Amino acid sequence: MSILVNRNTRVVCQGITGKVGEFHTRGCLEYGTRMVGGVTPGKGGETIADLPVFNTVAEARDVTGANATMIFVPPPFAADAILEAVAAEIELVIAITEGIPVLDMARVLPAFENSKSRLVGPNCPGVITPGQCKIGIMPGYIHTPGNVGVMSRSGTLTYEAVWQLTQLGHGQSTCVGLGGDPLVGSSFIDILELFEQDDDTHAILMMGEIGGSAEEEAADYVKEHVSKPVAAFIAGRTAPPGKRMGHAGAIISGGKGTAEAKLEALRDAGIEIAETPADMGTAMVRAMQRKA
Amino acid sequence: MKIHEFQAKELLRAAGVPVLKGKVVRTPEEAAHAFESLGAPVCAVKAQIHAGGRGKGHVEGSEQRGVELAKSPDDASRIAQGLLNKTLVTIQTGPEGQIVRQVFVESGCDIQQELYCAILVDRAAGSPVLIASTAGGMDIEEVAVKTPELILSEPFDPDRGLGAYQARLMASKLGLPTASWRYAVQFFQSLCSAFISLDASLLEINPFVLTGDEKLVALDAKMTFDDNAMFRHKDVLSLRDESEEEPAEIRADAAGLSYVKLNGEIGCLVNGAGLAMSTMDLVKFHGGEPANFLDVGGGANVEQVTEAFQIILSDSNVKAILVNIFGGIMRCTTIANALVEASKTIGFTVPLVVRLEGTEVEEGKKILASSDTSIITADGLTDAAQKVVDSIKA
Repeated sequence: MSILVNRNTRVVCQGITGKVGEFHTRGCLEYGTRMVGGVTPGKGGETIADLPVFNTVAEARDVTGANATMIFVPPPFAADAILEAVAAEIELVIAITEGIPVLDMARVLPAFENSKSRLVGPNCPGVITPGQCKIGIMPGYIHTPGNVGVMSRSGTLTYEAVWQLTQLGHGQSTCVGLGGDPLVGSSFIDILELFEQDDDTHAILMMGEIGGSAEEEAADYVKEHVSKPVAAFIAGRTAPPGKRMGHAGAIISGGKGTAEAKLEALRDAGIEIAETPADMGTAMVRAMQRKA
Repeated sequence: MKIHEFQAKELLRAAGVPVLKGKVVRTPEEAAHAFESLGAPVCAVKAQIHAGGRGKGHVEGSEQRGVELAKSPDDASRIAQGLLNKTLVTIQTGPEGQIVRQVFVESGCDIQQELYCAILVDRAAGSPVLIASTAGGMDIEEVAVKTPELILSEPFDPDRGLGAYQARLMASKLGLPTASWRYAVQFFQSLCSAFISLDASLLEINPFVLTGDEKLVALDAKMTFDDNAMFRHKDVLSLRDESEEEPAEIRADAAGLSYVKLNGEIGCLVNGAGLAMSTMDLVKFHGGEPANFLDVGGGANVEQVTEAFQIILSDSNVKAILVNIFGGIMRCTTIANALVEASKTIGFTVPLVVRLEGTEVEEGKKILASSDTSIITADGLTDAAQKVVDSIKA
């Protein structure tokens, strides 16, 4: 088991003919992901990395049986690419693209309601089930198969956490990058629900950051519905209000979205807190020992 | 991206939102002329800076407020004189304040009631939302904390816009007289459509007023835009006023770097926004104060890294620099070569602590060790933070 992706996941890349799309398609292939094709309108019939390129997602799905897509389409066209994937009933839509206008996402998200699709991202590193399937831009080798579920709003911070877990001898069931934008498809709660149901996931490590209230909502959910040990880190304790810290979603506005409020909610839910980014792996170990 | 009040009001006027007549001026004489030409018995004279709280803020070293009423051309001239080229300190500028370069002279109006409204994207609802309160002119953040029941909200679909019934519902909850409702519908709907059509991230009217003849008018306007959507709004981009922004942040933006200046002594250079924020937190945890947030991104080259160092060093408070790179797509060898190159061109005068991890880390460390630079290498996050904090104590 694992969540979202495994060795049977069949993946197409939307935007495969772009430099970045091709580069990461090759990276996923090297990792062992079952990449089955790509989509770029007008470039159907070409071949990239020995994979067939299609004009539409629907055609790619019909020919290859793809059930997941990895999107690298540039921001002005990314919302449309996501909607095309939903229309083609692709089960898992992973949007890597950074810089999509927030109102475009407000228009896109309702399309997922009552659809057959789930969205992860945008502005995220992707999803990986170590040893089975990598969809995204994360360095594969830092991961090890195991039983800790990892989810995060930030890319390199996730790598840091995964690396610490691997060094401590704890492999990962699945690692999910939720994305650093104000509006994203899957929330901490969506992924918590999957990790809680997954037999291969024994503990959960989450990395949040300032801005919004997704961490507070996750804390409430953990309190009510999660039996597995959970540890958390929140980035941005020293961030000043009103300044966007790189990620479009990482901003304290109107006194809301502070690290303190998030940490308090997480502690209140019995979640083990990593005090510094050097403590993420060890906080997970403490949480597991406490529940044992 | 932020714009000035007078610019926001031009955009709102074009969208059909009722605003008062006004003129932006740069000298006291122009302020007096503006008062005369507006022909109103009372005008508001308002400092134009990219920060709120102007009405309660004051000019450094004087009693002058950021917004005052003028009853004559002389009044207008005197108030403008007190503001122009002076430093205005408000709750949002911080103690250092901001220089006033322009003043907006605006007709007064007959005010029956002051109210508050704003439009923003509600993350939890996944949609834009109109919020409003009868607590107009007040510090809305304080209202939100102390009396959240006074804040009303109406989410709306970005393509359908705010329904007329939603506007009436809002007017009703705000207790506006029914005679004003048709104006309320026009007011709220045009605000919401301006928010959507211009890809704003915040549109705040604090206050809007119910006039004596039961119409609604926007007395203030604060607008912030979604940077990611500006590719389709060249007209809005042309309203950018770089003199209101931190020069180092403009420079970073041009180089494709994400930089935010802070007040500490330890410069930080990191790849990835989350890791960059965490690195600042770590510095603070070990007793240092971060001088900046700086994310070089996933695929930085030698030029970008060199520029990043120059930006960090342009801050005279910086006494040491911490480089924290987790090589994923970016190889540690790339960053190590860039570090060596940058140190040759720049010639570091402050201690430089480097922590590398990830792809090609061993080769990267070798490059640093065999270079004749004075780089201090660190193993792990904690070691790096301690070393950089210790380096400025010595």
